[in-house]
Amino acid sequence: MISAGLMNTLQVTVLVLVAAGATVVVRTRSRIRQVLALSVYGMLLAILFLVFQAPDVTLSELTVGAIALPLILLLAIAKVRKREQ
Amino acid sequence: MGIFPFLVVAWIVVVGLYGIVTSRDLIHQIVCLIVVQSSTYVLLLGVGYVTGGAAPYFWDIPQHTRAVDPVVQALALTDVVVEAAVTALLLSFAVQAQKKFGTLDPSQLVEFKG
Amino acid sequence: MTPRQRLWFFAIGAAGLVACYLWAFTGLPGFGNYPGPYGQEILRQAVGQTHATGVVSAVNFEYRGVDTIGEEFILFTAAAGMSVVLRRLRRERQAQPVDEAGSRTVPATSSAVRVAALLLVGPTAVLGWWLASHAQTTPSGGFQGGVLLASAFILIYLAGEFLTFRRLSPVALLDAVEAAGAGGFVAIGLAAIAMNLPYLDNYLPLGQYPGAVSSSGTIALISFFVGIEVAAAFVLIIGELLEQTLLRSA
Repeated sequence: MISAGLMNTLQVTVLVLVAAGATVVVRTRSRIRQVLALSVYGMLLAILFLVFQAPDVTLSELTVGAIALPLILLLAIAKVRKREQ
Repeated sequence: MGIFPFLVVAWIVVVGLYGIVTSRDLIHQIVCLIVVQSSTYVLLLGVGYVTGGAAPYFWDIPQHTRAVDPVVQALALTDVVVEAAVTALLLSFAVQAQKKFGTLDPSQLVEFKG
Repeated sequence: MTPRQRLWFFAIGAAGLVACYLWAFTGLPGFGNYPGPYGQEILRQAVGQTHATGVVSAVNFEYRGVDTIGEEFILFTAAAGMSVVLRRLRRERQAQPVDEAGSRTVPATSSAVRVAALLLVGPTAVLGWWLASHAQTTPSGGFQGGVLLASAFILIYLAGEFLTFRRLSPVALLDAVEAAGAGGFVAIGLAAIAMNLPYLDNYLPLGQYPGAVSSSGTIALISFFVGIEVAAAFVLIIGELLEQTLLRSA
């Protein structure tokens, strides 16, 4: 088991990365870039859940955040973009 | 370290709400809503964490080792999957709004009443 | 209201919200000092009572089974709602076939993508099935396995065309599977009532020792039903959106 001190540093690092990732997702204005940023944010969240000793939630976040959510968003964006042309 | 995860939760909520308020595009708003919702997962897992605790799976560790709280993990787990489906429903509303009103700008959508 | 005024209103509101948050968080026992009696009690009793070594799934499908039924119905309603919302648009589109039938050429999918997707379909389906049926032993469960199973179908779309995807996953079959999953969960609970037990009680044999695949009674069965329901719901959702974008009249 990882010692308490190392676990604390890891958790703080990943928490800071998650906060930065949320800021990046919100500040991205272009649609497709925002979907990419959301994918990276989902992966950071999955690492955070793993470091908080929750492997089940990690699995859920990985499948949803890497497959389902970007696909749904990209399909909606494609539909909306076709309509705008 | 006592309160830092909860500060991160508050930051994510405020940043997500800022994105919703200053957005000019319905799809951008929906993605910011996803970010706000993800803050609740961090809060749930942060509340249930036990220092030095293992994951609550006793397949290969003895049954009475100290483990983190399993109830909040169960809540967060179903939450993550259901959020994706609700986001899909919201996106279909956005697609329909664009078909009916021709625009995805929230400030212009407000003017159509009835 | 101009955007600047809106931003000022938001700043004032957000300041109030952050103040309330900080006041609430200082009342919490601090990160890592979880005192809660409920969680610790479940950790003590769960393996002995249910013979399931995955305590999170035991909580999900047995101790808090009614909550999971509620969440599953949110998923069910979202998929059904999407069909309703987008179906009205379809009728509207059929009235004006001219402006939708664009003549833009679609670039062919690269063969690298097609081969990789085709090779991944089998392992993904097997992994999703494994996740959905092993909820009681390891970190897995119906929800994760269902999403992974749905992504196997999406890989079929990536490897081929939309028509292949639609032929391999017809809407009527998906509707039936989703209803069977949701209804199966409720039926397991009702069968407990028929035996004079509380709703969703664990009445199937608990198995010899904790952690076997056949142990933990109704938890494994419920997880399987949840898995197929989630998979069918996600394939339905993706299929609806795909039909919107690709405009096939198959």
